[in-house]
Amino acid sequence: MITATIVEAWLQRTAAVLDENKSYLTDLDAAIGDADHGVNIARGFGAVVQKLAAQPGQSLGALFKTAGMTLMSTVGGASGMLYGNFFLKAAGVAGDRHALTDAELLAVLEAGRDGIIQRGRAEPGDKTMIDAWTPALAALRASLEAGQPPAAALDACVAAAEEGMRATIPLQARKGRASYLGERSIGHQDPGATSTYLILRALAETLATASDEM
Amino acid sequence: MKKLINAIDAVITEQMEGMALAHADLLRVNLEPKFIVRADAPVADKVALVSGGGSGHEPLHGGFVGMGMLAGACPGEIFTSPTPDQMYACGLAVNSGAGVLLIVKNYTGDVLSFETAAELLHGDGVPVRTVLVDDDVAVKDSLYTAGRRGVGGTVIVEKIAGAAAEAGYDLAQVAELAQRVSISSRSMGMALTSCTTPAAGKPTFELGDDEIEIGIGIHGEPGQRRMPITDADAITTLLAEEILDDGAYTRTVRSFDPDAGDWVEQTLTSAPFQPGDRVIALVNSMGGTPASELYTVYRKLAHICEARNITIARRLIGAYITSLEMQGCSITLTRADDEMLRLWDAPVHTPALRWGV
Repeated sequence: MITATIVEAWLQRTAAVLDENKSYLTDLDAAIGDADHGVNIARGFGAVVQKLAAQPGQSLGALFKTAGMTLMSTVGGASGMLYGNFFLKAAGVAGDRHALTDAELLAVLEAGRDGIIQRGRAEPGDKTMIDAWTPALAALRASLEAGQPPAAALDACVAAAEEGMRATIPLQARKGRASYLGERSIGHQDPGATSTYLILRALAETLATASDEM
Repeated sequence: MKKLINAIDAVITEQMEGMALAHADLLRVNLEPKFIVRADAPVADKVALVSGGGSGHEPLHGGFVGMGMLAGACPGEIFTSPTPDQMYACGLAVNSGAGVLLIVKNYTGDVLSFETAAELLHGDGVPVRTVLVDDDVAVKDSLYTAGRRGVGGTVIVEKIAGAAAEAGYDLAQVAELAQRVSISSRSMGMALTSCTTPAAGKPTFELGDDEIEIGIGIHGEPGQRRMPITDADAITTLLAEEILDDGAYTRTVRSFDPDAGDWVEQTLTSAPFQPGDRVIALVNSMGGTPASELYTVYRKLAHICEARNITIARRLIGAYITSLEMQGCSITLTRADDEMLRLWDAPVHTPALRWGV
């Protein structure tokens, strides 16, 4: 079971990982965007961790809602709205639960991903975070349906996210600010797909640590 | 990097505090969440215009808050869109009951945030409409990009729609007019230098001493192409021809319909400029280019328009929508009818634009 404690640990690890990779993400964004993704996203998840620390013992629905609202009001830019919407839609599925089964975790992540698509209207191949989310969750679903243990399924998920992230390099951007560069966006890795990979990697690492301790 | 700042995190707050002290007769600021409203808001029976966007484009938008223009403005971090909670709180603060028009520059972050804010305001019973400004001809197609960016045309839309609101137009009428001004506007910009955001501390892109960047947006992002520098007349000609030779531009725009309580999509076409057109011209500094150079650009622009039998009926020359300290300029032309010109001439009293009072 994925408890609220584990979910909070995931968000804490995400905040730490994004902070460590702040300059990396901002440099990726400088090449095809406006050089603020790392700074903004790290500030946003830092604020999420602070908010959650002040409100212990919440249901997963309430916890995800706090995360979503905090990201929307602290990140700014498209990524804040997209990740914010991810957590708001995840909150709707998680509801009053205080723990998730593996199948429920998948449903929560898929609802979140659908929220990103609904708000951003990006399609696979547009060179956005969707290019990491789509293969990652397809791999997670396939692995879980094949009866793999959650740790292995999440490893497959992260590997697919990383592959999706790298596959954005040769793409020409069709959404977001990078699309204005036209062909000049080719050859650069999408910063949004990169932060998605880091967030999913933090989830896998958190679950691996939690199961080691059990 | 050398800048007149205290702490990077305080840049926006301290700027807003300065504006409040300087212009107490015109506006009030709210710091948590951040927004600026005209001093007499909400104004009874008048539609309220709210805009916003990343900071770094000053005087846009805060400098246009006041009588005859914006009722409220929401500043984001430098070059980062503001957040929906700011727009929502600002909308509530300026709504008199006659409704709120959100003026949105076409950038993905701004669009997504204003969409959420519109839904929140509608949920609270505030009559709300949205208008998208997408006037940057450097972006050629809308199918494979996020569409044309909102740049200099925003200033024209805010002035004319603000005058209409002041004159008592209702929400649907102000929105319709703002949309018409928006699709009648075309802009093109260029950079002589990059710019440095306080957080990054280094220029957003590298540009050689003998190079210029053509077709830039307003966020220090690289533009459409790079070329060796030429003289002012050649650069002005290049920008003006991109605007004047631009063909019909068609795109699908989403706007909020308060009667349906939902988003509606409209396909809108900007007709190309024609001989005989009357236009409002904006020759705008990106922040670091002096007025002397802007007038050199205007001189050539006036000759080009005259040769094409296009009448510059009104003009604005100065720094109105900037990219921090970037050197460079943009040209905006808006095809204007009698109604637009009358509203352009109507009194306005804001920190950055003032006439007729």
